[in-house]
Parts: sequence; structure tokens; C-alpha cells
Amino acid sequence: MNLDDALFRRESTRLVAALARAFGVHRLALIEDAVQETLTRAYQSWSFSSVPAHHSALLMTSARNRVLDALRHERAVRNLAPELQHRAEESEEPEVIHEELFLPAALRDNELRMMFTCCNPRVPEDVQVALILSLLCGFGAGEIAGAFLVTEAAVAKRLSRGKSALAKSRRLFDLEASDFGARLEVVHRALYLLFSEGYHGAGVHAVLRPDLCTEALRLVRLLAERPPGTTPATHALAALMCLHAARIPARLDGDGELLDLFAQDRSSWDPALIDEGLLHLEQSASGENLTRYHLEAAIAAHHALAADAGQTRWTEILHLYDQLLRLEPSPVVALNRAIALAQVEGPEAGLQALRAVPDSDRLAHYPFYPAALGELELRRGNLEEARLQLRAAHELARNDGERRFLLRRIAQCTSLGGAGSPKQRLNRAAP
Amino acid sequence: MSQFVYVYRQSERPPSSPQQMQERLERWTTWLRNLQESKHLVDRGLPLEWSGGAVVRNRKGSISDGPYAESKDIVMGFSLIEAKDLAEAVSLAQGCPALDGAGLVEVRPVMSLP
Repeated sequence: MNLDDALFRRESTRLVAALARAFGVHRLALIEDAVQETLTRAYQSWSFSSVPAHHSALLMTSARNRVLDALRHERAVRNLAPELQHRAEESEEPEVIHEELFLPAALRDNELRMMFTCCNPRVPEDVQVALILSLLCGFGAGEIAGAFLVTEAAVAKRLSRGKSALAKSRRLFDLEASDFGARLEVVHRALYLLFSEGYHGAGVHAVLRPDLCTEALRLVRLLAERPPGTTPATHALAALMCLHAARIPARLDGDGELLDLFAQDRSSWDPALIDEGLLHLEQSASGENLTRYHLEAAIAAHHALAADAGQTRWTEILHLYDQLLRLEPSPVVALNRAIALAQVEGPEAGLQALRAVPDSDRLAHYPFYPAALGELELRRGNLEEARLQLRAAHELARNDGERRFLLRRIAQCTSLGGAGSPKQRLNRAAP
Repeated sequence: MSQFVYVYRQSERPPSSPQQMQERLERWTTWLRNLQESKHLVDRGLPLEWSGGAVVRNRKGSISDGPYAESKDIVMGFSLIEAKDLAEAVSLAQGCPALDGAGLVEVRPVMSLP
């Protein structure tokens, strides 16, 4: 039997969401212990036999019984310790088992409620994202730490802080609640961060963390599947994830080296994801609310539809970046806009815009700022300055993949030093 | 051909993420399947509970819940295999996933009738 690669992570998510919905978020710690124990026993026992056909139902029953046992045990301990009686009364409640919460039909709802619960506006965004990775993607603290370039202890701290905040409420977020719309924006933002971390993140071991992108995509699809999550902004977010994820197979060459947008083999972009993205983009075009996701998805769609960099509709892209900059003024957006401008008006204009990026000091540690300066200098034929900027970018690079990418560009500056006109040979910008 | 029992021992149950559990499960499945395909596996055996058992040391009703033996390593399962000789049984055991963690494999020849 071929296992789903993420079978254990998926089961963990499903179990935690169903049990938290049935027994209350305030019992999250107890529920997580029960799920951990259930899965540990399952993998040990299945190691000697095989994964049974109805493993999902078996795991659900077993985990549920473990929670019930633990609750009975808690109650028995309380009854033995009268001084704790007041607390016992507080939480004494009959364990009504709502069978329907454990049926396959409820699973999607359970997970969605958990997603909205994790995106509690009272906890910081990095904690929300850590909670999603732990509770909805089934990743361990060590795995989350690896993706975010932080220590496992730091992640454990984030998680325990987040989980104790969640445990203050008894119920998972109600999808019919009046503040659904406000919470949905927080969910969008967290999923966007999750995806960006996978796509642009600095994880040391892999240049890309496709796992994070896959998870963000799975969760946004879950959200876009049916109301109340199916809003134009959700579709726009789904579109931008699909259209970016489509390019993942092309971002590394055969030797595992990073390739920028200009050097990618576009025939290896995933056509199914492009189609899915374009469909979401179409569905996002309703209502009055133009979000950053709409604009970013539209930019990604222009890239997805262009045969190559030369045939890309840069003027439209520049226009979209202008809108995005008004909506979301940020130095990274300004940086990308400057690259688009260079495509429309030439490297000179791009360089000017780059140097004029407001708050560019916030990019002081971002390797792609000097890298973009270097690329445009290179395109202008100013090899000495290009080399300096690319070296500065190399200093800031966050992983070996980025370092090797920049070293190759520096080497190109050097090899062009003696060659004829560099302008003829170069038509590139930063990734 | 002689028969051997592999006794899998481990000192502790390592805390694992779901992904690590799945990877371990896959390593065990692959290992046992390879033994089976190379006709070395007689019986894949059974996993044993980590706790909840007892040790009977005499007839006076004095039992303890463990540790099961003086050794810190608890038997977590066993399999029956067939090999040419001890050397082959040992070399096959070297591929056992129990060795990836804090575990070990005891290779015990099954006693043959005189």
C-alpha cells in the first residue's frame, strides 16, 4: 500500500480539529497528548502489519476514547482532592458526544473553524502562522524552526504562547459569527505569510520550502471551496498562490541552482496550476473591494501568460505595481515596481527608482535590493558598480542557494569585463 | 538455513512529529518487505506494549510492573527470520530501522533439535 506522503500530518490535523470542536479548545493540551499517543501507537503497530484500510475511522475512535479516559481520570483526581472542588464544579459538564462532529462530512468544517481559531487577532502574526503549521499542517516544532530559520526553542515558545491564548476560549471559532469578515482578513494575511515564507523564505536547507507553499495552497483551497469563505479576496489569494506555485518547478535548474524569472524554462511551469489560478482570478473579479491579493494575482497572471520576458506586458505590470504601492506602501513593493519600470523605460529609470525607494533602510538586510541595483548596473554596462552591488548582495544572502546565484552573477560581471558590448548579452533583472 | 529471532529493544519512546512517525513507519515497512522478498522473513512478529504489563518473579503473588528486566532497553517487538548463519543474520539486522534511533537488535539463534 502506498501511503499518502502526509498521511500522519493530515490525520493529526483532522483528529485535533475534531476533538477540539467536540471537547473544547480549553482542552487543547490534553487533546494534543491524546493524538500524539494515538499516532505513536499506530505507527508502531502498523510497522509490524500494514496500514489498515479504515485507518482514519480507527484513529478517530481511538483518540476520542483516549480523551474521554483522560477526562474521566481528571474528574476522579478532582473528586479525591476536595480542596479542588470549586474548580471541579466550574468545569464539571457531562461529556455529550456529538457523533456528527466525527463524521467525514464535518471534517472540512472542523478544520476551517480551527483555521479561524488559530488566526486570533490577539496573538501576533508569527504566532498565528506557527499555530497554523502546528495545528493545521501537523508539523513539529523542529520542522517549523527549520522553515523559519529560528531555533526550536523559539518556536516552542511561540506555540505555547499561542496555544495558551487559544485555550482561553472554549469553542472553536464559529463560522457564522458576526465578526467572520474581520477574522477572514486575518486568515488571508496569515495564509499569505505562510505562502511567502515558502516562496521567498530564507530556510537554510532548501532554497524553497515547497511544503509551506503546498500547505498554504491546500488551506486556501479549503477556504475557497464554499461559503462563507468564498469571497472575491479569497479567490484572489488562491489565484496568486496558484500562479506563483506554478513556477516552482522552474525555479531551480537541473543542478538545484536558483534561476530568476528571466532565465526560467517556462515550459516547466505547471499548466494545471496556471489554469486553476486564472479561474480563481476570474472568480475574484466581483464586488468593490480591490485587495493587494487581486493586484499581485494580476501581476502573476501577466507573467504566467507571457511566452518569455521580452513578450511580457510590462506596462500593465508597472501600472498594477503603481496601484499596489498606493494600497500597500512597502519598500519591497517599491523594489519590484522599479524592476518593472526598468523593463519599460530602461535600466537608467529603474536605477533612479530603486535609489528613491522610500524607507530603503528597511531593506538594509534584504539581499535582493543590492542585487537589483547590481543587475541594472550590469545591464547598463557599468560593470564595476554592478560587481560592488552584487558583492554587497552576496554578503547579505541568507542561504547557499542565494549565495551561489549571486556568485554566478558576479562571475558574469568579471567575464564580461573583457568582452565586447555587455548590453547585447544581457537582458536580466533580479529574481 | 537456520532460524533467528530478532528482538527489537529500545530504551525510550522518542517524541516524534507526525512526519517523523510516518518516515519511521515507511522505513520499517520497507525493511520488513525486503526481508520478505529475499525470503528471509518467516514471521514478521508482533509489536509489544510499552507499559501495562507485569513481571512475575515468584509464586507468592508478588508481581511488579517493570522494568521488565535489569536492562534499560525494553523489548518493543520481535520477528522470526531465516538466514544461512549468524553472520548473515547480523548483516541483515544492520539494515533495521530500530538502529536509526536509540534502539538495538538482539539476534538470537533459535535452538535446533539435537
